[in-house]
Amino acid sequence: MSAAAIIASGRVEPCHPWPRHLLTTDQWTALAEALTEGPSPELLGMWADTITVHALFHVVEPEGFLLASVRVEAGRYPALSPARPAAAWFERAITDLFGHRAEGGLDARPWLDHGRWGVTAPMSPKPVPRPGPPDQMEFLTAEGDGVHQIAVGPVHAGIIEPGHFRFHVVGETVARLETRLGYAHKGTLGLMRGKSPRAAARFAARLSGDSTVAHAIAFARAAEAAAGTEATPRAHALRGVMAELERIANHIGDLGAIAGDASFNPVPAQCGVLREAILRAAAEAFGHRLMMDVVIPGGVVADIAGPGPTAILGALDIVEEALPDLVRVWEDTASLVDRMAGTGVTAPPLVAAFAPGGFIGRAAGRNFDLRRAPGYPPYDTVGFAPPVRGEGDVDARAHIRMAEIAASVDMLRTWLAALPGGAISVPLPMASGEGIGWAEGFRGDIWHWLRLDGGLIGSVAMRDPSWLQWPLLVAAIEGNIVADFPLINKSFNCSYSGVDL
Amino acid sequence: MLSHLRHGPVTEPAGAVDAATVQALAERLDSASRRRLGRSLEVRHVAAGGCNGCELETRMLDSAVYDLQRFGLTFVASPRHADVLFVTGPVTRNMREALTRACTAMAEPKWVVAVGDCAIDGGVFKGSYAVAGGADGALEVDLVIRGCPPTPGQMLEGLRALVEANA
Repeated sequence: MSAAAIIASGRVEPCHPWPRHLLTTDQWTALAEALTEGPSPELLGMWADTITVHALFHVVEPEGFLLASVRVEAGRYPALSPARPAAAWFERAITDLFGHRAEGGLDARPWLDHGRWGVTAPMSPKPVPRPGPPDQMEFLTAEGDGVHQIAVGPVHAGIIEPGHFRFHVVGETVARLETRLGYAHKGTLGLMRGKSPRAAARFAARLSGDSTVAHAIAFARAAEAAAGTEATPRAHALRGVMAELERIANHIGDLGAIAGDASFNPVPAQCGVLREAILRAAAEAFGHRLMMDVVIPGGVVADIAGPGPTAILGALDIVEEALPDLVRVWEDTASLVDRMAGTGVTAPPLVAAFAPGGFIGRAAGRNFDLRRAPGYPPYDTVGFAPPVRGEGDVDARAHIRMAEIAASVDMLRTWLAALPGGAISVPLPMASGEGIGWAEGFRGDIWHWLRLDGGLIGSVAMRDPSWLQWPLLVAAIEGNIVADFPLINKSFNCSYSGVDL
Repeated sequence: MLSHLRHGPVTEPAGAVDAATVQALAERLDSASRRRLGRSLEVRHVAAGGCNGCELETRMLDSAVYDLQRFGLTFVASPRHADVLFVTGPVTRNMREALTRACTAMAEPKWVVAVGDCAIDGGVFKGSYAVAGGADGALEVDLVIRGCPPTPGQMLEGLRALVEANA
């Protein structure tokens, strides 16, 4: 039986808009076995509540999405990581937060838990006190003549989030990189439990500040699905406007940072000015430069300000005027091409295995964009074909981003020319139910899942795109030189806070 | 050239620095008999576990629009070189030791600035099992800059008050 058929044979549990299939432990074991037969269905995420482990899959052909669950028995469930390597990070996080152990998993080392919380399994019904000093971290090794280690972080040299990189290198060549994160773990999921979706939205908006709009949309859509309601057409359009502004601002900022790491400083200088123009337009239209806390379950909290559309269109003109020159510089500057082309290549088998979203996947032939499929409003109102390339290197990732900026400018003009009228939000009923929501952030596919008990959050999960991109970064750096790591890292720009939770 | 004449410089003139803040900082300096560092401060940023919103806006200070360096302020890579520790985010339990060690690595006299609502008191994350609180639970804080995140303009105003107090 295929993996998809095994999932479909599980008992249907009500979740909106897609049902969730509760598998027996035997069925889950069969699923883990069936997954070894090929890369589809792709694993998009795993998360847990106090008694169950959940997984989200993407069937490549015919395209579809499947939710599967298994009950944890005696603290254990069968691991998926032998078949899907990206599952290892999820399994480690689930063990650290809930205490559920993945039997047969690839990696049983702690992940988010550095031994500093004072308890273990803080999300379980009975966290166990954990006194004493933290354990020394154990790292994966590389052995051979001349291998030495470089330790970087958690405090990095730039203005960056905290995390630790452990390189094993031979001369200048990276033999192995391991990222150890969790430094930004804030216990966000625990803080959201027991709160109303409206109150919890503030935490979704702060899972990863650079994607505050996209995460807030995915969270709001999950809450709306669980409560059996839908935001208004005007709210959808305004969410789309904010999401595309966020995408443009991030892509511009990162393009500058990438060129800066190649010591080609005219680009960051120009991108800084362009990014500021977008942020100021966002502030004028929505009252906040990053548009934080504007998207709420049920709609948006405030309408676009009167001068907002004009401010945004003015900023788009500035970006559009600068974009052709930016693309030309990228294509015609030997010192940039020399550093970018062929650097940090994501090998096709790894792309198939990790299913990275966003520009990382689309720069490596993976045509996956939630705005296209499964789709969500307001993207059904604009013709849209995500740009895709095949090289999978730093250069391709940068070019995908430049093409996405142009596409976002077009979308914004279309929406701003004809914003639908009507209310900006609907009240969210105090309902019980379960829902999954999604949004395509600038990094890629964002998924939020939650269960409401009498209008309050019983369980919640937030899956940032970086979960599937960090492990791929680790793989893409192998064989490159240490000096190219900042460049490759910047071309991915994974979120630390987004996966640290 | 013509385009430059038409548009003028992108760098914006800076506004006035809050005199009361400068005075309070200067009194703090004098009461501790701290040596004044003059009009040049090196700043070391440490992300103590935030959402990266403050980092995004902090990075804008280096853009041509805000041009931090014209005020004698420079972000540096090592705490050994720094006069100012610029802390963003709530202090997570997993970052507390790294934060205090970064501060210990700085030479005296030094300043600690808590930037953003999370760094001030833990912000929305206060009360979590994973969050120790604001920066003042781990370090002696000299100046706070409010906001979620503070705008680059607000950050700049706070840092310039430090420069003025040290002048």
